[in-house]
Amino acid sequence: MVANPIEQFEIHPIFRIANIAGHEIYFTNSGAYMLAAVVLTAALMLGPTAARRLVPSRMQSVAELSYEFITNMIRSAAGEHGLKFFPLVFSLFMFVLFANIVGLVPYTFSVTSQIVITAALALLVFFTVIIHGFWQHGLHFLKLFAPSGVPILILPMIVIIEILSFFARPISHSVRLFANILAGHITLKLVAGFVVAIGSLGAFGWLAATLPLVFTVALFALELLVAFLQAYVFAILTCIYLNDSLHPSH
Amino acid sequence: MEPLAAKYIGAGLACIGMGATAIGVANVFGQFLVGALRNPSAAGGERNTLFLGFALAEAFGIFSLLIALLLLFVL
Repeated sequence: MVANPIEQFEIHPIFRIANIAGHEIYFTNSGAYMLAAVVLTAALMLGPTAARRLVPSRMQSVAELSYEFITNMIRSAAGEHGLKFFPLVFSLFMFVLFANIVGLVPYTFSVTSQIVITAALALLVFFTVIIHGFWQHGLHFLKLFAPSGVPILILPMIVIIEILSFFARPISHSVRLFANILAGHITLKLVAGFVVAIGSLGAFGWLAATLPLVFTVALFALELLVAFLQAYVFAILTCIYLNDSLHPSH
Repeated sequence: MEPLAAKYIGAGLACIGMGATAIGVANVFGQFLVGALRNPSAAGGERNTLFLGFALAEAFGIFSLLIALLLLFVL
């Protein structure tokens, strides 16, 4: 029969860390793969660049390219002032990218398919925008909700809509990443399950099962694209939101 | 009507959203092609915007697929 497609998202404890105020704290497989994403990112960024060659080696140019990619993204979406947020945007991008790609390896766990992880990342951005906005601009930050050049009659309505859309941001920001990865993994598992289910029908089944097999390979390619694209979208939306805290009066 | 039947009908209804998303994503790529064929020299610079638009439009289809999957497997 087709395997349960939800099973791959279960969190298992690996070992117990501590008991804090009656709560058992475990090191889980989720934590292990988060650690793996961080270690891989650090290995890419620190290892090949340690030599600091003027003519970069292949891996060093990968590290440099990713650095330049994010710099250009911030510059185009949030302007020169946005570059002080480079560490935040770059670590978010690399963490999400590596978590997505590590999760695509068969039998691994996808960290970004858990809403609690993506919500934490999105809320981090949300509160960074609010705190930096008020710290930098004081009450002028509230101009964000009142765009200039709007007739006074419809201004109250615009303000309400702007406030609502501002508070909906962390929801859409986190659910977009989480839902893409979750749905992608479920679809992959379902279609791969068809291969087994149809293949068990005998000689004719073997022939017919090639169709879902080809589809699985195509889906996997799409998922690789989605893994990169969602990390990119997460980072560029972060830049767009940070732009609001840097330049609140449109 | 049995609750299980309602669940499956709900999952089917949620998939209508994916059809609407197909229109949206096709619109993104179609409009890009229209613009790119008129001014091919400017097309390369807008490829990032194209993929951003694709991912933003696609996300809503994924949301409705998520609802369908939740109804089928979780709730």
